[in-house]
Amino acid sequence: MGKTFSEKILGLKAGRDVQAGDVVTVSPDTILSHDNSAAIIKEFEKLGVKNVKAPQKLVIILDHVVPASSEKYAANHKTIRGFVAEQKIPNFFDVPEGICHQVFSENGFALPGKLILGADSHTTSYGAFGAFSAGIGRSEVACLWATDEIWLKVPETIKIEIKGKLSPGVYAKDVILKIIGDEGADRANYKAVEFVGEAVRGFSLASRLVLANMAAEMGAKNGYCEPDEKTVQWLENRAKDDYSGVTSDPDASYEAVLEHDISSLEPQVACPHTVDNVKPISEVEGTIFHQALIGTCTNGRLEDLEVAAGILKGKKVHPQVRALIIPASRQEYVQALKKGVIEIFADAGCIVLNPGCGPCLGAHQGILAPGEVALSTANRNFRGRMGSWDSEIYLASPATVAASSVEGKIADPRRFL
Amino acid sequence: MKKGRVWKYGDDVNTDVIFPGKYTYSVLEPEEMARHALEDLDPGFAQQVKPGDVIVAGRNFGCGSSREQAATCLKYAGVQAVIAKSFARIFFRNAINQGLPALQSEEAADSIENGEEIEIDFASGKIKTEKEVFTFSPFPESVLGILKEGGLIPYTRKKLEGIE
Repeated sequence: MGKTFSEKILGLKAGRDVQAGDVVTVSPDTILSHDNSAAIIKEFEKLGVKNVKAPQKLVIILDHVVPASSEKYAANHKTIRGFVAEQKIPNFFDVPEGICHQVFSENGFALPGKLILGADSHTTSYGAFGAFSAGIGRSEVACLWATDEIWLKVPETIKIEIKGKLSPGVYAKDVILKIIGDEGADRANYKAVEFVGEAVRGFSLASRLVLANMAAEMGAKNGYCEPDEKTVQWLENRAKDDYSGVTSDPDASYEAVLEHDISSLEPQVACPHTVDNVKPISEVEGTIFHQALIGTCTNGRLEDLEVAAGILKGKKVHPQVRALIIPASRQEYVQALKKGVIEIFADAGCIVLNPGCGPCLGAHQGILAPGEVALSTANRNFRGRMGSWDSEIYLASPATVAASSVEGKIADPRRFL
Repeated sequence: MKKGRVWKYGDDVNTDVIFPGKYTYSVLEPEEMARHALEDLDPGFAQQVKPGDVIVAGRNFGCGSSREQAATCLKYAGVQAVIAKSFARIFFRNAINQGLPALQSEEAADSIENGEEIEIDFASGKIKTEKEVFTFSPFPESVLGILKEGGLIPYTRKKLEGIE
C-alpha cells in the first residue's frame, strides 16, 4: 500500500514507517509565531529553561496589530523585540514587513517537504508549496521553543480533485468557497486535504495559497498542493534551505476522494455568519454593504490587487462604501506601487493601509458599527469578528469585492470585465 | 467527581464567540480572560458560571482561530469539562494543554439538556445524569499526564526538571 504525503513527511521526521492514526514525536523544521509571541514568551518563562533550544528554527513576524494601536500592543511588541535580541533569533520581521503567511513564504521558509508548525490557524497556507504545515496553540509553541519536540497524530487524507477550467471573472477564492460550502466547515476536521487536478496545476502559487489557506476553514490540519515546476521557479532566489518535494503515491489510501467540477462555476459569496454558508453571486446580488476589504493572508497578493485594480480603474468607489486596501506584504506593496496599481486605488477613492492583518480580526483599522455590513476577501466571517456583534461579514474574491465597491451593493464582477 | 450544571450550546461555537479577537492581545491575565468568556454568545455566562460547571455543545466546538485563550478563559471561568459532538482540532489540543478535558460524545451532547446537573468520571469514561449514563473513550496515558499536571506547561516543566 502506498503512502500519502503526510504519512511520508511525518515518517521521515519520526525516522520510521508511519500511517494515518499513528502518533509521532517529531522536531519541526520551522516554528512560526506573530504578535502572540509576547504571550508565548510568558509561557516559555514558566518552563524554567533559559534558552530557546533551536533559535535558528524560529520565525517571528509582527503583523496582527501593526503599528501598535495602543500602549498594550506596543508593550507586547517591545517584549518580543527584547526576547529576539536576547535569544539571538535570526529570523525576526518587524512591523513594516506584512502578514506573517506572506512574509514567511516570500522569505523562502515555506518549502516542499518541510514540517512547519505555527501559532496561527492559517499556518495551513504553506501546503501551497508542498510543505506539511499545521497550526498549534501557544503552550505548544512555548514547549517547542524549549524542547524542539512535539507529538502529532498522522492525519488521514481527503483528496479533492478539481476538474474543469474556470470561466473569466471566477477565481481560486470562488473555488474554495464552493468546496467549503458543499463539504461543510468541519468536513476535514483533523485531516489533511490534498488539492489535485488540472485546475490546481494551472493555478499560480498565489492562487494555490488561497486554497491551502482556507483549508483551515474546513477544519483541516493541513492543506497541500503537489510541488511542481512552478513551485521550483517561485522559490528560486528565495528558498532559505535545500529541499526536496514529497508527493503521495498513486496507490495511497484516502479517507475520501471528492470531485468538484468548476467549469460552470459562478462567483461565490460566503454569507453571515459561517464560512460554509456559501451562495452563488446571483442569489446575493444587490445586498447593501458599508465597508469593503481587499487584502489579508487569503487575498492580499499582487495577483489579487491587480484584478481589483483592473475593475476599479477609472471608476469611483460608491459614496456609501469605505474601501480598504491592504497589501499582504511590503514586497507586494512595492510591486503594486511600481505597476501603478496603488495609484488606481487612490484615484478611485480607496483607503490604502499598511501591510498587516488590518481589521480582519477586529482589532483595529476599520471596526464595524452595529448594523453595518462588510464585504471582505478574508477567510472568516464569524459573527462580531470585525467589530460589533450586530454587524455582518460577507466573503468573496477580490474581483467581486472591487466590482461591488463601485456599485455600493454586492455585484457580479463578470459585468466589469 | 464533582457535580456541575450544564450550559448547552449549538454547533460551530467558534473561537471568536468564546474569546473575542479584540481582546487577544490586550487581555493577558487568565482571570481577566475568564470575565470575557462567551460574552457575545451568552452574556450571562461569565457572571453565573460556577466552578465545576460543564459546557455541552454540538459539532465543531472551538472552530476558527488557534487562540489558546478560548480554552484558558473557560478553564479559569471554572468549567470542569467541555462535552461536544466533535471538536475543532486546534481547540482540542489547546484544551488538553490548558488542563481542560474535552470529551467527545454524540449521545451525551444530544440528550443532555441545558441546566441539568451531571457528573463526570474521567478514569472510567462515564458521564452521569439523573436518568442516564453515557460513556466516552478514556484519555490515553500521555493526555491524562498533561491533565493531571494542570496543562502542558507545568507538565513540560516537570519533565525538563527531571532531565536536569
